[in-house]
Amino acid sequence: MSDLFIAIIATLGTIFVLLAAIGLVRMPDTYLRISVTTKAATLGIGLILIAAAFYFKELSVTSRVLAIILFIILTAPIAAHLIGRASYFIGVKLWHKSVMDDLEGKYKKVTHELMSEDIEDESTAIINTIEETPNDTKNK
Amino acid sequence: MSLYDYLYFILLPVLSVAMILLFVRFLLGPSIADRVIALDLLITTGIGIIAIYSIITDQPTFLDIAMILALIAFLGTVAFSYYLEKRNKNE
Repeated sequence: MSDLFIAIIATLGTIFVLLAAIGLVRMPDTYLRISVTTKAATLGIGLILIAAAFYFKELSVTSRVLAIILFIILTAPIAAHLIGRASYFIGVKLWHKSVMDDLEGKYKKVTHELMSEDIEDESTAIINTIEETPNDTKNK
Repeated sequence: MSLYDYLYFILLPVLSVAMILLFVRFLLGPSIADRVIALDLLITTGIGIIAIYSIITDQPTFLDIAMILALIAFLGTVAFSYYLEKRNKNE
């Protein structure tokens, strides 16, 4: 009975890890791949480790397993956020079918500061003024 | 079919297939961020393989290595993203 329970939990975890691997290959975009890494793999590894804890049934092993699971649950979102932020700054493109980019124009490209309003970079502002002036003269 | 046979002949090969798929993405990955994600997930899958292997060999000592691998995966990702961001900032 216990063996059957362990087998079922380990199978579920393995399926989730396999789905995470397939998703990492199939997803079209870096940001979509990051979402696969955080969710599916964390759940799969947690289930496999719980299966190991049920197999050994010792206090030392169970506490160790719980420590690993807690650590993974804590660190996986942080790591995903950091790498997502870095990949946004180094200019990784979104998927061409992505509908909207909420962060567009809200980061200062030089200092990496986030603002709640749209920021115009000084370089683009200068270009805009140069482009606007001839148009104004033509209109007049 | 005992639990050991099931783990050894079915679950470990499935996890190995998952690792091969991740390695494909690690080699292909168009941007460097993809490679970092694939590396993170490779190490995480390694933790799962270690956990199943510790059940098969009946030795809970292997779980210590799993804990250290979890630490290394997190630190590696943080370091990579930190320096990727810095590199672009200094240009």
